[in-house]
Amino acid sequence: MADPTVDARGLSCPEPVLLVKRAIDTMDAGTIDVLVDSVTSCENVTRMAESLSCSVETTERDDGSFVLVVKKR
Amino acid sequence: MKRFFSSRRGMIVAGAAIGLMAAVLQIQGNPRNMGLCMVCFPRDMAGAIGLHRAATVQYLRPEIMGAVLGALLAALICREWRPRGGSAPVVRFFLGVFAAIGALVFLGCPWRGLLRLAAGDWNSLVGMAGMAVGVAAGCGFLKRGYTLGRSYPFPKVAGWIFPGVMVLLLGFLLLRTSFQEGEAIFFSTSGPGSMHAPVWLSLFFGATIGVLAQRTRFCTMGAVRDALLIRDYHLLTGIVAFLVTAFVVNLCTGAVDMGWAAMPISHMSHAWNFLGMVLAGLCFALGGGCPGRQFFLSGEGDGDAAIFCCGMFVGAGLAHNWFLAAAPDKLLQDTVVVGGPGLPGQIAVVAGIVFCAMLGMTARRHAS
Repeated sequence: MADPTVDARGLSCPEPVLLVKRAIDTMDAGTIDVLVDSVTSCENVTRMAESLSCSVETTERDDGSFVLVVKKR
Repeated sequence: MKRFFSSRRGMIVAGAAIGLMAAVLQIQGNPRNMGLCMVCFPRDMAGAIGLHRAATVQYLRPEIMGAVLGALLAALICREWRPRGGSAPVVRFFLGVFAAIGALVFLGCPWRGLLRLAAGDWNSLVGMAGMAVGVAAGCGFLKRGYTLGRSYPFPKVAGWIFPGVMVLLLGFLLLRTSFQEGEAIFFSTSGPGSMHAPVWLSLFFGATIGVLAQRTRFCTMGAVRDALLIRDYHLLTGIVAFLVTAFVVNLCTGAVDMGWAAMPISHMSHAWNFLGMVLAGLCFALGGGCPGRQFFLSGEGDGDAAIFCCGMFVGAGLAHNWFLAAAPDKLLQDTVVVGGPGLPGQIAVVAGIVFCAMLGMTARRHAS
């Protein structure tokens, strides 16, 4: 099964954070792919995920958006 | 450097620097306890361009222009300038209108609320508590799926419009433009609008604040929201640094005057201090940023934030044209005459809270 994806592009804070937090809270362990299109959302989602002991890998795409791979152990 | 500004230490340094500059602006001529105000200053600007005719609060405040242009510069340098918009602009406009009305019933935005506190004006505690309640209500709506929808990339020209307007207004200020003898642009000759720090200092400090706030995402509403919603105290550390630094500077310069009665540009009508800021807090929470943050976002190309700011200019104009703004306390022969809003202002605050509640309950993401 593909990893769940949270598409938070175009949403202003704190919506991306809330969507990703909800996704983290509803899974026991695994990976979530998160799409955001601003550095601010990127920073905020990363800070929140890391505070919940998740690891985050960030990749910038050619169109200026970011893919965050959030891993919950 | 990028990581420094997103660190807690960076946030504390930025908050302290902004608090220092705000306090210095007061020493240099801005009105008392109003080194910076992200609603009163747009109100002065609205008056300067003739959106209201309250003669004592008309001035083109360079701090606001600097804040927008500083944020623009920082966003351009750090490749974060991104023209965008289209997320319920009409709704955001009216959130801006009501935010300005609510804040002008309290007589200050959260930034000025902190500066008033830092100078010992305890009425501000009531207003700031009201803002916290408004933001908490906004958090409740956010938890239940409140959203104004997505924004989308805009053509580059859209991102230049708001900073362009700020440059135009700066030109009007520097040239002391008058289109017709005795008319527009208006500059107060008495009252708070006539009190200002030197133009270049205000502009420089405003731009520096714009850079710092764009890099750190400094937001007075966001500080309360993040603490309540996700127990994230990152922004709050900056706000505390702002408050403490402004207090220390005030203490050193003898600007602390603790009390309730007849504080500078303040009133003791507690219920309306509270409710005015409940409304403002709700508007900021539902609009995604405090008034300062809305100006910084406008600089980095966010058309939705620019619409919110336009709403604040119009709301501030209406607040004075329709007598919605509160009157400050007055001292008459050693007797304090308590100020506050009149009936139109009280009605506007209640109407605004109803508007926000209806918006919060109806603008929701569909379950997916």
